[in-house]
Amino acid sequence: MKVDVVVIGGGAAGMAAALKVSEQGARVVLVERDERVGGILNQCIHNGFGLHYFREELTGPEYAERFKKALEEKDIEVLTNTFVKALDVREKKLVVVSEDGIRILETKALVYAAGARERAFGSLMVPGDRPSGIFTAGVAQRFMNVENRLPGKRALILGSGDIGLIMARRLTLEGVEVVGVVERLPYPGGLLRNVIQCLEDFGIPLFLSSTVVEVRGRERLEEVVVAKVDENFQPIPGTEKVFEVDTLILSVGLIPQIELLEDLVEVNPTSKGIATSNLGQTSIEWIFAAGNCTAIYDLVDYVTYEGEMAGKYAALYAKGERFGPKVAVKAGENVMVVQPNWYDPSEELTLYVRTRKVIEKGRLVVGSFEKTFEELVPSEMLRVKIPRRHLNGLSEIVVEVKEE
Amino acid sequence: MRIAVIGAGVFGSLIARELSKYDVDVTLIEKNLDVGMGVTKANSAIVHAGYDDPPGTVRAKFCVLGNSMYEDLSKELDFEYKKIGSLVVAFDDREVKVLMKLLRQGEENKVEGLRILEREETLAMEPNLNPAVKMSLFAPSAGITEPWMVAIAAVENAMENGAKLILGEGVVGFEKRNGRIVKVVTTRNRYEVDLVINCAGLHADEIAKMAGAEHVDLYPRKGEYILLDKKLGGHVRHVVFPVPTETSKGILVLPTVDGGILLGPTAEDLPSVMKDRPLTTREGLSKVKENAKRLFPRLDLSYVVKTFSGLRPESPRRDFYIGRSKLVGNFINVMATRSPGLTAAPAVAKYVVEEIIQGEIGVSLTRRKDFNPFRKGIVHYASLSLERWQEEIRRDPRAGKIVCFCNEVTEKEVIEAIKRGARTLDGVKFRTRAMFGRCQGNFCMPRIMKILERELGTDMSSLTLKSENSWIVDGKVRE
Repeated sequence: MKVDVVVIGGGAAGMAAALKVSEQGARVVLVERDERVGGILNQCIHNGFGLHYFREELTGPEYAERFKKALEEKDIEVLTNTFVKALDVREKKLVVVSEDGIRILETKALVYAAGARERAFGSLMVPGDRPSGIFTAGVAQRFMNVENRLPGKRALILGSGDIGLIMARRLTLEGVEVVGVVERLPYPGGLLRNVIQCLEDFGIPLFLSSTVVEVRGRERLEEVVVAKVDENFQPIPGTEKVFEVDTLILSVGLIPQIELLEDLVEVNPTSKGIATSNLGQTSIEWIFAAGNCTAIYDLVDYVTYEGEMAGKYAALYAKGERFGPKVAVKAGENVMVVQPNWYDPSEELTLYVRTRKVIEKGRLVVGSFEKTFEELVPSEMLRVKIPRRHLNGLSEIVVEVKEE
Repeated sequence: MRIAVIGAGVFGSLIARELSKYDVDVTLIEKNLDVGMGVTKANSAIVHAGYDDPPGTVRAKFCVLGNSMYEDLSKELDFEYKKIGSLVVAFDDREVKVLMKLLRQGEENKVEGLRILEREETLAMEPNLNPAVKMSLFAPSAGITEPWMVAIAAVENAMENGAKLILGEGVVGFEKRNGRIVKVVTTRNRYEVDLVINCAGLHADEIAKMAGAEHVDLYPRKGEYILLDKKLGGHVRHVVFPVPTETSKGILVLPTVDGGILLGPTAEDLPSVMKDRPLTTREGLSKVKENAKRLFPRLDLSYVVKTFSGLRPESPRRDFYIGRSKLVGNFINVMATRSPGLTAAPAVAKYVVEEIIQGEIGVSLTRRKDFNPFRKGIVHYASLSLERWQEEIRRDPRAGKIVCFCNEVTEKEVIEAIKRGARTLDGVKFRTRAMFGRCQGNFCMPRIMKILERELGTDMSSLTLKSENSWIVDGKVRE
């Protein structure tokens, strides 16, 4: 099969990219390994999606549905249950596998939108037994919202990221007793609105500066031991507390999935995601990337915007347009993550910035651009458009947040 | 002749398979819901060369013999085995002396091909090794495998040749007449028998006591491990040991057959009440990290896939305890099968069947003419050439449906694992490597549960991780 653009991944970024490619009049095929497109949105039945992009509040499936419909209306070719086995960078070919057999896709450009995966329990090196009853939030959510199954009767949640907080509420509403949420940082990991709506409203305690130090249970989980941690996240002896629970839910971070491109393109050492320009272009010019495989975004709306950008420029690339030169964008003072990694003047620069710490009042400085923000927290990403005029003539763009 | 083998770890499984070459009724009784899920499941997965065991010990003899059998066995039973060789590395003069001792010991044990390598040659073979190394002992015959697959493959082949497998029944007693065992009593049934072989791993002493036979007291020696991601594959090429201490071979670093890296084990003797509690600890895991760093300073320890712990059946004699009981004439002990048990098992199986049963006890067994020594493993379609994979998908489309994305396992492989006896998530995992990758099943676990549900005609809430009470999901959210 010969196409202009192949999009890998049918989540929020991939769907948006495929639609944009098609809008540009280029031929696109969307490859999705799961049985349907929509990605993780399909199991996020809570609302809060689309406030930026649609200016209304939708559930995950509703948000996804709008894009699924558009894909159908535009008659975009979608290959579901299809796995990308290999990528031939020199020949611009992909080997894909499905129940229909093995196919070769020849393309002019590629948009990689593989999303993220959850950090697994195994990698946390938690001492103790290895019983059943330990789930990542995403798995527990899938069991509840897709498979109609409860993961247990009494649960503790490790990690106060948004998914963890939302699961605390969801489990409580369905009759599972949530005994608490444990967070190793001195502040919650998720959005403030979720701390209020998911924990405080239900009286679920949040244990800050704490972590799980042991899990017990020969077969099913029986007990989880939680201890306070010092500033280096080391458990403080004597502060242990035992919770009798049959379920432990983990919300301890997302990892960009970069497997197919890992040793081919540049990777951002901080976000561990695929490095891209503000056009979504990677270090290989015909390969674009967008969404959580580049950096972990707070909101699906942002992922959609970036997916659209990558789709638009992948289509233009396939038609023969070339872009650049690019200028490097670097994280400076107080900045933990900045996305994108390069600025290409073909398009205005939209920055996503995550600070390294809580800053009460901070001045964002980018070239000659300055703007003051209040209550900056690492868990909430800033999205700022930087007009071109502030970036003229720079050979490198350093993004800083000065404390005021 | 009715023979009961108690315990389906590598020893019980390989003995059952060895017995299935003869015209006898073999019943393999296992208390767990699957084979190879006790001691066999969690160890260093090494087929040792045999220089480490003191000359004259039972384990030294069977280790070298067993090692020489693995190549053929892996071909007959179609399990992964890679003869990658091992290095014991010395960092100072005292450690060099230990290498010389190991070399002499190995030569006495008749280990073939042992060589002392100078620093340069060592580093050429193992480029990421700590450059402070002075010398090493190279053993080309050492290899790596998947211990649980040895047991699974042996049992499948034994069953193909007529052996019976009983899962989920623990032995609780014996019925005896005239000093001989006539029945094995389990939690569910009674089996009439003419001969009993005790391969009950950590619990073999309890089984022997129940039978009124001789035993040695067993206690668990715990080893904690860290498994690193395949991404680091190639960083380590051989099984790399530090010089051994009095009690253990030390904390080593080795590649796994599927491209990851395994670090460990610690060696901690525990009281016998801890026989079923392979706990990992903070101290143990840090010790593993520190020691691995000493061997491979550039190893990136942030790529941890999982940590686990295994228990080995140790006795005060520090040697295997294998033989016919003098007190109970039709009872054979295969006990205290500590390291290098995995390596020794094929040789022990042959010894038990040929020299104890046919020799010492004098049972005359007839070889079956129709014995089929070959077992085919489950095909990993993603490893085939694209042409062959295409053919397989044409024949059965499910061979084209990937369910485990990390290890590229198809639905057809999962179904095949279930056909071959997987009843739990671990049963599928250990047979196919689905859920064994870097995401640890976070994408595919619910999908695999649905396949199990469908193939077994059961409900998701009755599925378990590994044992009867390790349930995964509770009731429904909405009826």
